[in-house]
Amino acid sequence: MAADPLFELLLRMGDNTLILAQRLSQWCGHGPTLEEDIALANIALDLTGHTQLWLGLAGEVEGAGRDADGLAFHRDVWDFRNTLLVEQPNGDFGQTIMRQYLFDAWHVLQLEALRESSNPQVAEIAEKAIKEVSYHQERSSETVIGLGDGTEESHARMQAALDLLLPYVGEFFANDAVDEIMKEAGIAPLPDSLRSAFDEQITPVMQAATLTVPDTDFAHSGGKSGRQHSEHLGHILPQMQWLQRAYPDASW
Amino acid sequence: MSAADHEWPLWEIFIRGQHGLNHRHVGSLHAADAEAAIRNARDVYTRRNEGVSIWAVRADDIVASSPGKKGPLYEPANSKVYRHPTFFDIPDDVGAM
Repeated sequence: MAADPLFELLLRMGDNTLILAQRLSQWCGHGPTLEEDIALANIALDLTGHTQLWLGLAGEVEGAGRDADGLAFHRDVWDFRNTLLVEQPNGDFGQTIMRQYLFDAWHVLQLEALRESSNPQVAEIAEKAIKEVSYHQERSSETVIGLGDGTEESHARMQAALDLLLPYVGEFFANDAVDEIMKEAGIAPLPDSLRSAFDEQITPVMQAATLTVPDTDFAHSGGKSGRQHSEHLGHILPQMQWLQRAYPDASW
Repeated sequence: MSAADHEWPLWEIFIRGQHGLNHRHVGSLHAADAEAAIRNARDVYTRRNEGVSIWAVRADDIVASSPGKKGPLYEPANSKVYRHPTFFDIPDDVGAM
């Protein structure tokens, strides 16, 4: 294996929160209401805060002198380890909320497990993040229900969002060599061990939202391994990184 | 259907800053229902660590005095300074009040 598996795990955590934060921040000033606009910006900021912790620790573990900013702003597409779900376009508001809920439902379970990590720094970050992420899930689940069980149009948009995004969920629960080593070391849970709890979380929400979960096991993959990101990541990065690339180490 | 039917109702938001202090009116927002009003208030009004408790009240449910009746309602109290408890000598033993 090329890289330290702990470094890989930390990149996966930090790149998920980084790319989703970047996606959500694209709503800033464009939300359907002031209240939703500021809520999405708050969530983006929470996730950015987690990114600093995960990538900061990743930099320490790597020991090559890169800090969180170095990892966030000076890597290219093939170095990113986020899942494909978080790089998917915002679409309409419903699609953004569906993506958020599916991510939150996994994120809560992952952080709950990481709180028990044998690595005290990992456990500490998870402990800090989970309070914010629990709120994210509360908000996104209630919004999924409100829109799914809303008007004919909002229902149709939420069903379309679920049909579009569900195939990106499987990647969160697919084990690979990094996961096996992390599980062995007691640092992180095996991804597939969280799947049944995830299904238990989303099933009642989708029912309350009158949405039908597509009956498919198909799962896109390639994000968390870095093997093949979707074309969208290549468009996110220049926007996110241009300032640090044009003016290295700029600060204010 | 009028435009107003498409709008979320307006809620007045009250926040208690610290234990022991009263809830204070901080502003208003729109939300579909009471739970959403609390969540929106959390995001709109407590993002700088302002609060430990949120009340949300439907703006429609607040009964307000009429600005037009300002004279009869409040002016009579202007000339009645004796209603302030400032004419008593406070014994030293009482300490700070």
